[in-house]
This record gives sequence, C-alpha cells and structure tokens, in this order.
Amino acid sequence: MSILIHSGTKVLCQGITGDAGSFHARQMLEYGTRLVAGVTPGKGGTRFEDKVPVFDSVKEAVRETGANASVIFVPAPFAADAIREGADAGLELVICITEGIPVSDMIKVKRFLEGYPVRLIGPNCPGLITPGECKIGIMPGYIHKAGKVGVVSRSGTLTYEAVWQLTSRGIGQSTCVGIGGDPVPGSGFTDILDLFNRDPRTETVVLIGEIGGEEEERAADYIQREMIKPVVAFVAGLTAPEGRRMGHAGAIISAGSGKAEDKIKKLEAAGVTVSRSPADIGETVSDVLKKVRVP
Amino acid sequence: MKIHEYQAKEIFTRYGIPVPKNKMVESAEAIDGALREIGGDTFVVKAQIHAGGRGKAGGVRVAQGASEAARIAREMLGAKLVTRQSGPQGRVVRKISLDAAVAIDREYYLAVTLDRAKARGVILSSQAGGMDIEEVAHTQPEKINKTYFDLVFGLASYQAREVALGLGKDPAFVKAVTQIVQKLTEIFVRLDASLVEINPLVLTRDGAVTAIDAKIDFEDNGLYRHPEVGALRDPLEEDPREVEAKKYNLNYVGLDGSVGCMVNGAGLAMATMDVIMLAGGMPANFLDVGGGAKVDQVKAAFKIILSDERVKSILVNIFGGIMKCDVVADGIIQAARDVQLRVPLVVRLEGTNVEKGKELLRQSGIRITPAEGLSQAASLAVQLAGKS
Repeated sequence: MSILIHSGTKVLCQGITGDAGSFHARQMLEYGTRLVAGVTPGKGGTRFEDKVPVFDSVKEAVRETGANASVIFVPAPFAADAIREGADAGLELVICITEGIPVSDMIKVKRFLEGYPVRLIGPNCPGLITPGECKIGIMPGYIHKAGKVGVVSRSGTLTYEAVWQLTSRGIGQSTCVGIGGDPVPGSGFTDILDLFNRDPRTETVVLIGEIGGEEEERAADYIQREMIKPVVAFVAGLTAPEGRRMGHAGAIISAGSGKAEDKIKKLEAAGVTVSRSPADIGETVSDVLKKVRVP
Repeated sequence: MKIHEYQAKEIFTRYGIPVPKNKMVESAEAIDGALREIGGDTFVVKAQIHAGGRGKAGGVRVAQGASEAARIAREMLGAKLVTRQSGPQGRVVRKISLDAAVAIDREYYLAVTLDRAKARGVILSSQAGGMDIEEVAHTQPEKINKTYFDLVFGLASYQAREVALGLGKDPAFVKAVTQIVQKLTEIFVRLDASLVEINPLVLTRDGAVTAIDAKIDFEDNGLYRHPEVGALRDPLEEDPREVEAKKYNLNYVGLDGSVGCMVNGAGLAMATMDVIMLAGGMPANFLDVGGGAKVDQVKAAFKIILSDERVKSILVNIFGGIMKCDVVADGIIQAARDVQLRVPLVVRLEGTNVEKGKELLRQSGIRITPAEGLSQAASLAVQLAGKS
C-alpha cells in the first residue's frame, strides 16, 4: 500500500509539449510511470515520443485513456485554469508543479474544487512518488527506495536531501509528497498526515516544514489529536530574518508569526521528534524506528 | 513588492479614497513651488523610504509656514534615516512628500490583507490608530476587529458597514468609512495586493474622514497582470545585490553573517543557513541558485556573494538530482576560475555521480575544499571564515 498513487495510477500530463513538461514526462516514462496521455490545446492527434497520445482537452484524454491523475506544467497565468479543467474532467488527483500562481487565483480555485471529488497537490511543488511504482513530478527517481516511511514536505531539494539520507541508511519510503511552497496550498500537511495515518504500509512519517503560515501548527494539532504513528520533523528557517521572503512565496515571517522556533516548540509539544539540524534527519528517523521496533 | 507612500496615495485618489493634498519632490529646487501649489500654512514633511517606523525616527515632521517646511524638506532630502525597519545602516532619503496638514480629532487603523490559513481576505480595523499596530496586536489583541471576506463573492456592503460601525456611530462618519472600506478592498482584490493599509485614518475637526498615511504591498506573483503596478518599482530602494540577482533568476537575500552560501532550492538554502548557525557561524546571505545551477548563474552568484565585504568564506551546497554532480562540479570550477575568489570555498555535493564530482573538484587546482557531509561542510566553512 501507499497513499494517493501506485503502480495502477494512469497519469496524463497537461502542458506535455512545453520545455519542462516534455523533459519531465520523459523522466516519468523512464521511471515506469503509466503516463497514458498528454494534453496541449491545438496539438491533439499527435504523439509524444512516438507513443503517448496528445489530446486537445483533458475530458477527451480521460475518455480515451481512462487517466485518473494529472500533472500540470503549464505557465502560471494559465495554471489555475488547467487545475479547474482537470477537476471538471473527473480526475481524482491533480498535481500542479507550476510556480508563480497569484494567491487570489489559488483561493478561487480551491473554492471551485469544493464541489469535486478531487485532491489537489501543489502548486509550486515537486510532486509525489511511490518508490518503485509511480513518480508524478520532477524529483530524481533513483534517490528513493520502497519502504515504510512516509514523507511530506513544503520544499523540493530539501526533501531530496532528507530522502537521500533515508535511502543511504537503507530506510525506504512508502510515498513522498511535496505539498509546495505557496501560501495557499491545494493540500496541507494535515490532509497528507491523515492519509499516512490510515495507510497500513506507512509506519513512520517525516514532516519537513519551513517558516511562514500555520501549516506546521495545524499539523501539530492533528498529530496530538489523531496520529497513531511516530512523526519526525525538521523545520527550515531558524536563521531567516523577519519580513523577508525566502525563495518560496509562502516562506515569510510576518508580524512576528510563522517563526521556525515557534513551529518546532508546537511540534515537540505534540510528541514529534524534531531534528534540529538538516544533516540529522536520516539519523533521527533511524533512532525513532529502532525505538518503535524494540518495545 | 513595496511602493512609496506618495504612490499609494495616488492609487487611493484614483479609487476615491480621500487623502490630504500632497506633492512628491526629489530636488531642493522643486520644494518652494510644491509648497505654493499645496497652499495653506501648516505642512507635513514626510521622508519616502521603503521602511516603516519613520515617525519616531524623525522622518515625518510638522512645519508651521512654508519657510519652515522648506527648511525641513531641504534638511531631509539626501539625509540618512535610521528607523526600526531600515537596519542600522539606514536609508538615504531620495524623495519626500509634502502634505497639507489636517486638524486631527481622532485616529483609526484600517487595513486589508490575506489570512493564509483561512484562505480569505481579512479587514483589520481598530480605534487604536497611529500606533505600532503589531505592538497593539501583541499586547491588546481585543482592540483589533477582524472581518473576513470571500475572494470569490467579494466584500458584502453589510460587512463594510459593520467595520465602520465598529469604529464610530455618527451617521456621516459611518457612511464615509463604509465607502473607504469598500474602496480599500477593491484595491486589494483588483491589483493583487498583499496589504493595503491606512495608519492612521483620521477624523478631522471639521468632520471629514481622510487617509493621512497610505501603504500598499503587492504580491510578486500577481505583477505580471498589472504592468502599471510593476512600473511603480523604485530600484533605488532595493538592495542592489538583490536587483542584480533577479537578472540571473537567482533568489538572494542579504544577511549579516560572514559565511556566504549558494544552494540549489529554497528549502535547502534555508536549511544550509541553519546548519551554518549550528556550526557556530552566521550566514551572510540566502541564495537559491535554482534547480539547474547553470554556469552563468553560478558565476553571477559568486560575484554577488563576494560583493559583500563581510564574507570570509563561501559554502556551496548542491543536491545533484536530475542535474548530475559532475556537471555541477564542472560549472563551479569554471565559475570560480573566472571570478577569482578572494575567500576559501567549501563545496558539498550530494546525489548522482557524487564521486566523479568530488574528483573533479580535487583535480581543479583551485582553492576548493570538498566536504563529506552537510555538517562537516558547515563546520569547515565556519572555521575558514574565522581564520581568513
């Protein structure tokens, strides 16, 4: 088991003919993802890499191929529209990689999605992967290893760093989910923690947060209330100054709220083992796993 | 993106929010003419810099008569202003706004911003106007009213009335404030602002309601659809290193420490800053060189980091995923050669072809210390910063 995606997931790619879309579509195919369709308006009837059929609309692609998940690489001005198209076509899962979507667009999209049985991951995220089965996104596939640790993060490369530390220690992952670095994400930490909590394969969860917003605080509340599995966390940005945006649109301490130390305190109070150094995430998980297995 | 107060007041005027008569000047020669144009006998001279806390720092001064106003304005133009938000080095005042003074009866606070967690707009209003609102929010949160609104439906008229009724009961006052609340929200929604603030909004002795201060911050991601807003950018108010970084698609934020750093990815960049602190040093900057870490970007990044005199060592931390470590190493070596580094360079690579990458670094013949893990890399960089 895993969460959200597995070997049976049939993926379509919105924006497959663009630079980023075509590059990562090729990488996904190489990894073994069942990429069944591409969508680029005006390019319907062609084939990507001589095998993946391209359609003019998501509805058509779903009807013809039975795709149930989509990954979006279209530019920011059109990305909100692409998400709505995915939801309207009946997809269960939409992953938006695009960075730079105005927050007001995202708020409207979230309101729009309320009527649909769809889960949105991202935007401004690396995507998600169930190692050995299905990769939907831009992460390097080979650093992952199938196993029992769930990973959820607001960051890209920092997640690769953490995953690599796990894999190097022989610790595999059930599913790794990047929820993205925007102020209003489609899915929050709590949504993903809840899925891991119910997933029989996942034994432990690694949560990687950063400054800005209240995602980590809400995760701490959920963990205290509901979580039956151990959680290890790292929160980036102890040295980040107030009022400055640190790369991600959502990574900003404003009016004294969103500080890393406050998030760490809240997570620790909820029973989470917090790794103070990003270099020790793998080691911390390894220690926690030993405690879990030897009662 | 931040803009100046006088620019925010121009936008207010366009949307019908009353502001006192005002005029921006950039040169001493323009002062007298501007004062004549404004007229009256009491003026407020206001420094236009992108940092709050101007009032307490002497950047907002009341003058009786045109000659006193002109004298203060001349003093202020070109002077350095150090406020609680400007940093110890302060800001040079390049522009000032000359405003007609109003006779103040009462002061209020009014702002529209985004509540991330609720994914809704929120109107903040308070009778504690003119004060440091963050301080009020901290010590007397009950003095701030919050009214949430949905961005799809917009602000309902009853909500605008409720905000006004929370500030006063006089029918003329309520009518004026209701309109201002609606206009303020309209600016926030239409222009993709992240904050629209009036502090203070004042009731004058003759019963008028007017915004004697104005602040608008814009969301960077929304700028592409508002070129007229983008045109308001004042590059002189921004860190020149950040302006340069943007040209190369780099994300740079200058800090106070001595260990420069260059990292691929924003999260890993922040984590690298943290690990420098844990190793006993302080980071000189945040720098995200992007997923690809291309040679011209790496070169520009080195130059920007080195333009900070305080930098005593540089830590490069790259996680080579799809971009393999040997390719990244090659880029770093090329860039380091071209730039001629004046400080020691510690490089930590991890990911695909990491051994090949390290070998290239060792054989490069330049002063590069390849590091094993992230902790070791940070310790080395901190040590080297202390030595040089």
